[in-house]
Amino acid sequence: MLSPRETPKRKLRVATTSLSGCFGCHMSFLDMDEKLLELIELVEFDRSPLTDIKHCGTCDIGIIEGSVCNSENVHVLREFRRSCRTLISLGACAVNGGLPALRNELDVREVLREVYFEQPGVVSNTIPNDVELPLLLDKARPINEVVRVDYFIPGCPPSGDAIFKFLTDLIAGRTPRLDYQQMRFD
Amino acid sequence: MNSENTFIIDGTPIPFESDQTVLQAALKADVFIPHLCYYPGLKPNGNCKLCTVIINGRHMSACTTLARSGIEVENNTPELNNKRRLLLQMLFVEGNHFCPGCEKSGNCQLQALAYELEMMTPHFNHFFPNRKLDTSHPEAFLDMNRCINCGLCVQASCEVDKKNIFAISGRGMAARIVVNTPSGKLGDSNFALSDKAASVCPVGAILPKRSSFSVPIGQRIYDNLPISSQTEFLTTRKA
Amino acid sequence: MSLVHSSAGEVLEPILERYSRNPRHLMQILRETQERLDFIPAWAVDHLAEALALARTQVQAVIDFYAFFYGSPRGKYRVLFSDNVTDRMQGNTALLSRMLSKFGLAQGQVSGDGLVSIDTTSCTGMCDQGPALLVNSYPVTRLSSQRIDQICELIKGRTPLEEWPAEFFRVEDNIRYKGVLLSTEMVNGQALKRAVELGPQGMLAEMKVSNFRGRGGAGFTTGVKWEACRNASGETRYVICNADEGEPGTFKDRVLLASFSERVFEGMTIAGYVIGASKGLVYLRAEYRYMLEKLQAALEARRKANLLGKDILGQKGFDFDIEIHLGAGAYVCGEETALIESLEGKPGRPRIRPPFPVTHGYLGKPTVVNNVETLAKASLIAQNGGAWYRGLGTKLSTGTKLLSISGDCDRPGIYEYPFGVRIAQILEDCGARNAMAVQVGGAAGTCLAQHEFGRKIAFEDVSTSGALMVFGNNRDMFEVARNFMHFFKHESCGFCTPCRVGTTLMCNILDKIANGKGTAYEMNELSRLHQLLSTASHCGLGQSAGRPVNDTLQKFRPSYDRRLSQKDFEPAFDLDAALAPAREITERDDADAHLGTDL
Repeated sequence: MLSPRETPKRKLRVATTSLSGCFGCHMSFLDMDEKLLELIELVEFDRSPLTDIKHCGTCDIGIIEGSVCNSENVHVLREFRRSCRTLISLGACAVNGGLPALRNELDVREVLREVYFEQPGVVSNTIPNDVELPLLLDKARPINEVVRVDYFIPGCPPSGDAIFKFLTDLIAGRTPRLDYQQMRFD
Repeated sequence: MNSENTFIIDGTPIPFESDQTVLQAALKADVFIPHLCYYPGLKPNGNCKLCTVIINGRHMSACTTLARSGIEVENNTPELNNKRRLLLQMLFVEGNHFCPGCEKSGNCQLQALAYELEMMTPHFNHFFPNRKLDTSHPEAFLDMNRCINCGLCVQASCEVDKKNIFAISGRGMAARIVVNTPSGKLGDSNFALSDKAASVCPVGAILPKRSSFSVPIGQRIYDNLPISSQTEFLTTRKA
Repeated sequence: MSLVHSSAGEVLEPILERYSRNPRHLMQILRETQERLDFIPAWAVDHLAEALALARTQVQAVIDFYAFFYGSPRGKYRVLFSDNVTDRMQGNTALLSRMLSKFGLAQGQVSGDGLVSIDTTSCTGMCDQGPALLVNSYPVTRLSSQRIDQICELIKGRTPLEEWPAEFFRVEDNIRYKGVLLSTEMVNGQALKRAVELGPQGMLAEMKVSNFRGRGGAGFTTGVKWEACRNASGETRYVICNADEGEPGTFKDRVLLASFSERVFEGMTIAGYVIGASKGLVYLRAEYRYMLEKLQAALEARRKANLLGKDILGQKGFDFDIEIHLGAGAYVCGEETALIESLEGKPGRPRIRPPFPVTHGYLGKPTVVNNVETLAKASLIAQNGGAWYRGLGTKLSTGTKLLSISGDCDRPGIYEYPFGVRIAQILEDCGARNAMAVQVGGAAGTCLAQHEFGRKIAFEDVSTSGALMVFGNNRDMFEVARNFMHFFKHESCGFCTPCRVGTTLMCNILDKIANGKGTAYEMNELSRLHQLLSTASHCGLGQSAGRPVNDTLQKFRPSYDRRLSQKDFEPAFDLDAALAPAREITERDDADAHLGTDL
């Protein structure tokens, strides 16, 4: 618990998003359970799956799940970096590429050909090329290879406890540290 | 304690026997020094450099330096731990270390050291190398994505198993473990799960088939206790 | 190559016989195999492994470790442009492009007809007469557009190397300034006779009186080294001459071996006499392969004159002979324990020290490893005495030093100075009028700026293994450091983590800065990495790899700063280019199929 003296006067504005990830880190965020109520005393949410705000406004903290796999991810990530004073990389995909980066040894053209031409049951014989669709990057990247990132919370996903500890440390002005049980790469 | 056969690590006297290295004596005395390429019973190799300490003012590898009475060793200092974290980050970006999908997770010495030294991020840009998975052997697989070139399998196969199955070939970033068969496949060698070489890998590069994830999360080696609290395990483990 | 498996015996057996099927000679066996077959095919690996009772991987590991061994077909003509910074300054990049375009090849590619492959290699030691290249291990110096065109014609005409103009292969000594070593006459055997008169103890005493320190770089007192080896337990001892002169910008050992080899061999024999060795080994870098036959003839003449062999100079029991081993393109083998590994037929990875070679060296026996210049000067000390020698140079650095001078000066070449000479004096002598910087001691050495030209060449001030590269006012010191960093990355043996990964990380950062994508953040990273490499690396290569960057960051910071982006962060890769494969397969080129650089 934070003592009232340590509580910032103003609620900090927080935005969260998932790039190419499984939303597991957001699930873990919700896994804080009753601690969410403590957290909500300290922060208010801007763009986030919790609010359904579509674009990130000026924020104190941005939290990114998922790796950077396509052009849309790049746009969203850049918007967050522009808008957020502090940017946090949340979970394995954002921190080191994670599961999406398993495709990095493959040529993206081969991947698309395999998926849209070779798979059983595929009849279209075209690779979707609508201008609305984001294009894939040649490699999935951790977010800190595309923009400057201030903090990292590893884990697949990081536990609700870890996220809570990290955020409350940060909000209270302590350099965030995870306990041994909270520090996990899997 | 007889000062004739003790030395100092971070102010603490450490007893030692002749022919013991600084690392061996430290672990015996329950003082942890990070390391990856040292394994009890195999000749110290000195390539990972995680055990870099400062001995009488000079940076040395604790695993290859013989203990001598009276030497003063700096070990658990912010400066050295920062350097060790950098070395871990180098190893993480050099290979493809995706812990969530790795059978070794929870039992992996590389991961345990990253926890110990609070490595929150691999930091450097990833190399994402294109490395091979060799599934040709009926009982074990060889996943080069996770290999850190520590050479322990080479040594164990040569020094203990007398089979000479592995070698390090290539130079610089191209240095890699190769298998001593015309095909280069593990399946064409006389490798067996009972070999010492099958159990010394500090990461998940050499693993048995069909026994992955058998230990539940929470009961794995490094799930509850940091590696620094497990010096006894580190010194008594054997194949 | 038309040879098939059935001819394995025909090609390989005579080579194996010549080397007594001794696996220690694996390097020489592989070299001769490649000289016959242009590369080392898999069937040869199998045959050699079986014949030498080695694991297949042991043979493969040696081929893979050394830059000049090829496990897959290269051209019949294998052209390697020397790519030291001095070659760059002399315009090798344009000449390389010219040759590549004449054959329509990319760098490293083999032509479709298997005729030619063109690539770069580390400094070949021809900095005073560059730009240079190696063709099938033979150096061609003083390259020009015209000479490149002629070479292309000769290759296209499949002209054997023996029929190329001899002028192409002319290597000059370029001795500009002679000190006591280069000007003292010696009749073959004269120094050795004097050593024998003194006896092993007496000769050792002269060495110690001279206070002579090794010229390879580390500066260990030679007499002390010899004495430690002499006193080490065991019957068999070895003398090794380190002629793996790989430090970029260094070529003085090349000149000593070309024109003063008698002094080198005499010094080796004296060392053998003092420590009680009966065998000496010269480890000659592959780039100096062209001298092999001449050196072997010199050894044969010494045998005939009873200066080598049994009962030398009639001294009962004074037996000593010298073998020459060739390297195969690995700078790290200049490190004495890596060199010993290589002599034993293994990849050149430095050993853990201690134990040191004086007690556990070649084949585990007590071994003295000395630089070429060190051994040549030992013969001079035998000739004129230790007290005389000590009178030269400074108190802590006795005698003279050979410097290989190259770069922006009128008279590049070999200069022999007494220790204590000032940089400014050297620059005046070699005709360097507008020097902005000098790199002393090669890539692993020290970069000095103008305000330091008053400093002296000496172990106690600016220590050097013998290279001095001059950079004029118009040079870009960032590019100098980047060239050296790529050299270290190429030459890292890969054994230890900091050097294997760190040299690559530093190169990546320098390349990012060169591409205009570096920020203040990267500058900090370079310093951090240098700190790690210099303290945690296994051997001198990694420990000094970051030095050129560190020195130039301090002394030529604007050459970095002017390339930096004003942003606080830039990705290391081009985001728009990262979409190119997806654009190609979807056949899209609309605005949304691109990414700009703005945040």
